[in-house]
Amino acid sequence: MSAAAPPEPAGVDHVDERLLRTSPMKKLLARPELGSVVGAIAVFVFFSVVADSFLRASSLGTVLYAASTIGIMAVPVALLMIGGEFDLSAGVLVTTSALVSSMFSYQMTANVWVGIGVSLLVTLAIGAFNGFMLTRTKLPSFIITLGTFLMLTGLNLGLTKLISGTVSTKSIADMEGFDSAQKLFASHVTIGGVELRVTILWWFVLVALATWILLRTRFGNWIFAVGGGADAARAVGVPVFKTKIGLYMGVAFCAWISGQHLLMSFDVVQSGEGVGNELIYIIAAVIGGCLITGGYGSAIGSAVGAVIFGMTSKGIVYAEWNPDWFKFFLGAMLLLATLLNAWIRKRVEATK
Amino acid sequence: MTRVRTGGVRAAVGAVLAVALTAALAGCSSTGGKRAEDARKAAAAQGRAAVNTPRWTFAMVTHSGDGDTFWDIVQNGSKQAAVKDNINFLYAHSDEAQQQAQLIDSYVAKKVDGLIVTLAKPDAMKTAVEKAVKAGIPVITVNSGADASKAFGALTHIGQDETVAGEAVGEELDKRGSKKALCILHEQGNVGHEQRCAGAKKTFGGEMQNLYVDGTNMPDVQASILAKLQSDPSIDAVVTLGAPFADAAVQAKKTAGSKAEIDTFDLNAKVAAALEAGTLGFAVDQQPYLQGYEAVDLLWLYKYNANVLGGGKPVLTGPQIITKDQAAALKDYAERGTR
Repeated sequence: MSAAAPPEPAGVDHVDERLLRTSPMKKLLARPELGSVVGAIAVFVFFSVVADSFLRASSLGTVLYAASTIGIMAVPVALLMIGGEFDLSAGVLVTTSALVSSMFSYQMTANVWVGIGVSLLVTLAIGAFNGFMLTRTKLPSFIITLGTFLMLTGLNLGLTKLISGTVSTKSIADMEGFDSAQKLFASHVTIGGVELRVTILWWFVLVALATWILLRTRFGNWIFAVGGGADAARAVGVPVFKTKIGLYMGVAFCAWISGQHLLMSFDVVQSGEGVGNELIYIIAAVIGGCLITGGYGSAIGSAVGAVIFGMTSKGIVYAEWNPDWFKFFLGAMLLLATLLNAWIRKRVEATK
Repeated sequence: MTRVRTGGVRAAVGAVLAVALTAALAGCSSTGGKRAEDARKAAAAQGRAAVNTPRWTFAMVTHSGDGDTFWDIVQNGSKQAAVKDNINFLYAHSDEAQQQAQLIDSYVAKKVDGLIVTLAKPDAMKTAVEKAVKAGIPVITVNSGADASKAFGALTHIGQDETVAGEAVGEELDKRGSKKALCILHEQGNVGHEQRCAGAKKTFGGEMQNLYVDGTNMPDVQASILAKLQSDPSIDAVVTLGAPFADAAVQAKKTAGSKAEIDTFDLNAKVAAALEAGTLGFAVDQQPYLQGYEAVDLLWLYKYNANVLGGGKPVLTGPQIITKDQAAALKDYAERGTR
């Protein structure tokens, strides 16, 4: 073990740690997302060199869009991981949310906004169900949300087929309220020739909101506390159950935003979609510095993780590489990022 | 503190509920939706058995994944034929080859009177299909596996030759004057998909590249096509291999400001509408309804009269190239799920 440890920087005196002034450098090193930022810069430089069209402004807009669709979900998933739990149902919940709004509006011949409202309630209820089951049964979140994942996958297909007669929903593009909903969830603005999707804005707002919650509010402290050690947290008066249910409802809320984006950009939804995306959200959170065991991580880190994901998946297209290798790159990146994070953490703790 | 907070949450939920209910009461859409569909549905053909042969049981086992619109249309065809032929029709599917083989095994054990099987992964299906043939169950292969069908002992194969379909696309692209085309594959490792793109590449005079996308993640499909169009503005044609992906390609094209023509395999209501509107160039239809319908009907003919259509040679259901001119006529059929 000690052989692998990096050499101590010269000039570190062993004074009482409370008297040491934390240098800005050290403060920076202690940030959870540092490893991922280094990784993101490396990936960026790499693709800038090997893919000549990568650096074009329009290309960066595309990369940001790809990152935002992952990032919107990576934010609450990261918060949930900091709180010490998993959500394997997050990927299909996005599809569920889109299916509910589409089918409710269509079957009731209702204004699209009504469907969107109903979908918000249904999605939040599923999130609350996850949290409630978890806190009531005390089973691992892996099992609970795996159950929800499978049930939702089946419900998505079964109910869609039962109600619409086919496995995809009918188009709602000609219904009232669609245009305004599309503006909110799937429009884009052109700034200096670069087309920026509204999901990027949603994503930035969510990251800012989550960062504020984590660092400036009591609920943020609770999240770190329940993730660090639920029993200790309960002992000092943190409402563990409520915090966890809240976190699951946060995932549900963001799944609702993603689902509405999916629906509004394509106006029909395939009921089999979304399976496997939950892992991508978790990967983004982990690359961004979230600890799988909970208690450590950041919302900004999840955003950096999503950017790495967006750059890699689209960089391979810009570089005109064989995409057979994409998953390999992703896996290698995940390992590297996690190792880098662990290494930096160890260094920071050692030099404190 | 907590009490107040819970009250707040409850009030918020109540408010949202109230808003949603009020909106539901007041917020009807005067356009589109179920009401419009009901109005459209005039007199769909309600089936009654047209024959008095015994009620045989036919089973279909496909390699479809969950929630694939294409196989919905195939099933619609099968069910329609089953009603007419007085058949008890069973359907099962799995995109895992091993599980698909097990499903075939279980229908053989159940002693069904006829089997309809897809051979997307022929090697894995060999044993199961041969077992069925040995047990005296007539087998018809559909959709994929034209080459293996006869060797395995199936009566006949109904489907589109993927390579031939691809070749038709290459020719059509040439006719439209394309120089540089993109073939979008939404399932990595699907042999039929590779054959389509390879066939198109063979007859296409210009340059053609393959692009693999993750078919279960629509925003990602769109972003990948967008990335490709941005990196190479000289691309003037994009061919998607499934109807839902054509729309993603259309949106990517719009965002990229590309002049590429979007073409697609398969048909659905949206594709038909887009063809009519001119946002899509052409669609290659392999008529999935026909694959399902004919499979059941041919099994019935074989049981009743020992007929074999095609003399054991594959019966082709495609490629049928659909352009703007035919799209209007097919739109209604696509909307009811039979085209």
